[in-house]
Amino acid sequence: MTRIDSPPRRPSRLASLPIIHQLHQSVGLQRGMLVAGLVITALFVLTAILAPVVAPYGYSQLRGPDGVFGAQQPPGGAHLFGTTVGGYDVLSRVLWGAQTALFVIVVAVLLSIFAGVFLGLVSGYFGGWLDRVLVVVCDAVYAFPSLLLAIVMSIVISGGKSNLIGGVMAAAISITVVFIPQYFRVIRAETVRIKSEAYVESARVLGSGNIRIMVRHVLRNATRTLPLIFTLNSSEAILTLAGLGFLGFGIEPTAASEWGYDLNKAISDVSSGIWWTSLFPGLAIVLVVMGITLVGESLNDLADPRLRGRRAVGANSGLVAETSVVPGGTLTAGPGGLDGLESGTIHPNDGEATS
Amino acid sequence: MTTEATTPAAPAAGRQPTTRVPKKKKGEGGGIIRYIVIRFLLIFPTIFILVSMVFWLMRTTGDPITAALGGRLSADQLADRVHAAGYDRPILVQYVEYLGQIFTGNFGTTISTNRPVSEVLLTYGAATAELAFYALLVAFLVGIPLGMVAAYWRDKSPDASLRIFAILCYATPVFFSGLLFKLIFAVWLKVLPVAGRASTSSELQMQLLPGKTGFYTIDAIQTGNPAVLIDVLTHAVLPALALGLLTAGVFLRLVRTNVIGTLGTDYVDAARSRGVSEFRLVRKHAYRPALIPIITVIGLQIALLLGGAVLTETTFEWKGLGFMLSEFLQARDFVAVQGIVALLAVIVALSNFIVDIIAALIDPRVRY
Repeated sequence: MTRIDSPPRRPSRLASLPIIHQLHQSVGLQRGMLVAGLVITALFVLTAILAPVVAPYGYSQLRGPDGVFGAQQPPGGAHLFGTTVGGYDVLSRVLWGAQTALFVIVVAVLLSIFAGVFLGLVSGYFGGWLDRVLVVVCDAVYAFPSLLLAIVMSIVISGGKSNLIGGVMAAAISITVVFIPQYFRVIRAETVRIKSEAYVESARVLGSGNIRIMVRHVLRNATRTLPLIFTLNSSEAILTLAGLGFLGFGIEPTAASEWGYDLNKAISDVSSGIWWTSLFPGLAIVLVVMGITLVGESLNDLADPRLRGRRAVGANSGLVAETSVVPGGTLTAGPGGLDGLESGTIHPNDGEATS
Repeated sequence: MTTEATTPAAPAAGRQPTTRVPKKKKGEGGGIIRYIVIRFLLIFPTIFILVSMVFWLMRTTGDPITAALGGRLSADQLADRVHAAGYDRPILVQYVEYLGQIFTGNFGTTISTNRPVSEVLLTYGAATAELAFYALLVAFLVGIPLGMVAAYWRDKSPDASLRIFAILCYATPVFFSGLLFKLIFAVWLKVLPVAGRASTSSELQMQLLPGKTGFYTIDAIQTGNPAVLIDVLTHAVLPALALGLLTAGVFLRLVRTNVIGTLGTDYVDAARSRGVSEFRLVRKHAYRPALIPIITVIGLQIALLLGGAVLTETTFEWKGLGFMLSEFLQARDFVAVQGIVALLAVIVALSNFIVDIIAALIDPRVRY
């Protein structure tokens, strides 16, 4: 797992974008899973963007041209998926919910990448007491149930109340705090490893400053693991958002549509046999999380020579070392171990295992 | 560390007594004890950090009494209550006092119900522990055999469908699977109860027990009435399934990956060349070493289970810590919320400690 074999790979890596490269690399079932995941994810993003066009009504619309919708109307007629206990159109709320989910994913993951990468880079590069403190804090946070942390954060941010945009932002920031340790650990471990590489020393000998080395030499080499964590975190972000919404920290129905909130309102419906208010928002969550997870899983498996489809191993063995650096040892840096990516995916090849 | 344990060669090393064993014997006793001591000492900073973090974060929103009762009481009354509870003192004094109180097991008094938080924790902790136990049971019974099946038919259709199943387990929020189970088994088929931990009559019988534990299964056995036990168990089925399947998916994938890994090792090859059947290889040779990573991952699963328990309990009105947590959240009773979160932090830290020790006892390479 040293970088002896890196120079010949460079041109091919530049030639193909991350996902497309993996599409070529995959075979059979794995390709099927990757394609299915990509299709679902693309559909989700499209729905989110086009929600205003696709949805028959607004997310907080209570009356149409024919008057009030009425509460708990069964599916059919003007309301394909029926109406909720609050008198909203279920289909519209499911479609609009995609927009909220996408917004929260993007904000949460971007914020946590920036914060986590920055902290990880600084902590890993400079070391010292700051590094030690950050590692202990992140390990503690990392081992803690993420939903509880998100609850505490959303109390802090919104004071337990949810208002208009504030609710969405509060949810996004709460999720951010949960994710920072994950990015921190990965980037820090990579940084610690990379900073002892010969090319970093050469750069230092040539007189490059710390910031230049950190950005040009360390960061660029440390970030290739991010797409994998990014996908796994996106699905977790949706689940955390839905969990928050389900516990009543979500977003008021007048502010935006949120699947978890709708499911919470559907608890009492279920007891009286009303199935449509819970089934559709729930299915939306399952579908989106599954789509994103399929992509993440496939990327993970393709990065792992033991899990990759057998035919592909020989053909691409040169890439094994590059991609499998990701999971190798990085996520396992603390007592929490790697499986805190709650998907529970495991990355069984560390340096010792493959060499 | 977990990665190392997932490399399933561990027992293989044990069976090849070549270079390692003499070296290991020499430092065995001191090594493991030193590891346990160091690992034990590491619990305290973890708990300290989490408890402090929760304290400071929650206090940035103001004092808990204003949060809970603000708007309902006049400003004067509010100030009196705040003063009486000591929330108008310097925050650092309160912080030190809070840490000291937690050390002695005093988590404060709830604002909404005016009960000691520690009493709430004791009363409802048992319910959560019971739910988590059943959920883990479901996870083991479902995840481990299915993981072996998937590994045995690797890349064939059973493997493909099981992997989809595992992803489905992860992708389905517990409250959605819970609602679906409720709808199907309780409302449409009417074979299982809709919600709660027991029916009212059973609960009354168990209340009268002199040595009641709060674990309904144990209490039900104590009543000696089989109807009560059946009642308690049927109530547990759906919540345990909903929460257990979440973890089952994780176990399934873990067992699958590790069995596949072990199937490629030398000693499995050796057994295969001796003519051991492929089924027996999975069942006897590849399966046991694959269980080691499961043990190490259970620690993290406990965190996931506790998070999931909050949602499951709310869905099924299972009166445990999670259910109370969401009740207290609705009431904006942050003293109680803080207490429950602090207790869960302690549980997570302790269970990670125990799991790490077990992992170290089983796999010598984990110690450092």
